[in-house]
Amino acid sequence: MAPTVIPFGPQHPVLPEPIHLTLTTKDEIVTEAVPQLGYIHRGLEKLADIKDFHQLVQVVERVCGICSCIHAATYAQAIEALMNIEVPPRAHLLRVIWSELHRVHSHLLWLGLFADGFGFESLFMQTWRIREKIMDVMEATAGNRVIISVNVIGGVRRDLSPEQCQWILSVLDDAEKEYKELGKVFLDDYSVQKRTRGQGVLTREKAYELGACGPTGRGSGIAQDVRQTGYSGYAMLDFEPVVENDGDSYARCKVRYREVLQSFDLIRQAINKLPEGEINVKVKGNPEGEVITRSEQPRGELLYYVRASGKKHLDRLRIRTPTFANIPPLLAMLPGTELANVPVVVLSIDPCISCTER
Amino acid sequence: MQAIKNLIKKSRIKSPWLLHYDCSSCNGCDIEILACLTPLYDVERFGIINAGNPKHADILLVTGGVNNRNKHVLQNIYAQMPDPKVVVCVGACGNTGGIFRDAYNILGGVDKAIPVDVYVPGCPPKPEAIIDGVVKALGILAEKSENLKNCVEQEDDR
Repeated sequence: MAPTVIPFGPQHPVLPEPIHLTLTTKDEIVTEAVPQLGYIHRGLEKLADIKDFHQLVQVVERVCGICSCIHAATYAQAIEALMNIEVPPRAHLLRVIWSELHRVHSHLLWLGLFADGFGFESLFMQTWRIREKIMDVMEATAGNRVIISVNVIGGVRRDLSPEQCQWILSVLDDAEKEYKELGKVFLDDYSVQKRTRGQGVLTREKAYELGACGPTGRGSGIAQDVRQTGYSGYAMLDFEPVVENDGDSYARCKVRYREVLQSFDLIRQAINKLPEGEINVKVKGNPEGEVITRSEQPRGELLYYVRASGKKHLDRLRIRTPTFANIPPLLAMLPGTELANVPVVVLSIDPCISCTER
Repeated sequence: MQAIKNLIKKSRIKSPWLLHYDCSSCNGCDIEILACLTPLYDVERFGIINAGNPKHADILLVTGGVNNRNKHVLQNIYAQMPDPKVVVCVGACGNTGGIFRDAYNILGGVDKAIPVDVYVPGCPPKPEAIIDGVVKALGILAEKSENLKNCVEQEDDR
């Protein structure tokens, strides 16, 4: 039979965001996948010409609404490195707390969408029900549910009171208990395994060769986690990267499942170690020089390049996001997949298109 | 025949189906729209269902500003939806271009590409605000479906 070409996206029920894949199939089996990007390209990096380097914190938060806090923290890190600003330790740990809250909400969001992707509607609803607890914490501590704008250059703009810390710990305990019950379904359920095991296999060698990062790489046995480099407050915390070796959709799901538990633990550690003191320092002057900073987003390694020449506006801002690195591995996973499983495999890398296209 | 028409009109308002398209938003609004469907806000209790197919949808929820690449996709989706239809534009970027108004690849708000009936402000709007916007859209949908009925009857008389 001659190959059939099937367009997938940009508007597709399983994708919250537009990406187009041209799938060439033979007897229901995908033989080739070609992506088309650019549907949500905004030209965000060029806004560095118009907005000054303080205002850019708010702009980079809107690279991606799901992990906005981590974008802002990484950008702030880059400028702080250029201007030799010593951020107070309390601010570092507060950044860790909000970043990990973002990781938890992002992974819960993904687990829900993934469940929806393989047609398990009630699991989707249950996961998002737990996620609302985390959103409540975000709203109570920062004033907004999604884009929380807590980071500024030189620290953070909001503090946590001891009562709030106690309350966050009690919410986390609640959420963790309910989350562990869902874990039984995600990891042990027969029908879930039937849909995810052996789907979209990425071997360790292939993952390394194609530059997979984040949970996609860790699901294939690459033990890389940028948090291990000890940026921000992570040097004060104790953790190991979560690694699985199978390299299929199930392994990637398991990595994210375990990372949520790890993040709960990191938030507890950070709250317990929270020192007294200032939460930000005053910033004077303009940045000069060039710098690269990295951080770990829920989806993988995030890289910021900043070049400045002592003016209010930066010369160049370059953002390289994890989904950009994970699209080549996705294209390697798709050939050999049944057409009905394409949504599961596409979702398994946790694509964030608005990050990729900026 | 009149009874069937009344039934269609009633069920259209009682149970509107949504279609969501992300123009060039940062995801913030999209995840809040999805949050509306989940147990805490649960818009399904109003009979609202998130449809994947434009041909099944009554209300189009659009997030994010329009650029040259997705403009025709949005217009295509809008054209595929059957009348009467209502467009709800969610978030600051969709309303005016928002923080990206000055970016080189943003043409402006959603109303640069298709007619918009309800604007929901916020960056991102809370799920309550989105639900409020959809409820406002239902009023407009009822009005539009009344107008449509009158048009058809005039056509029949001729």
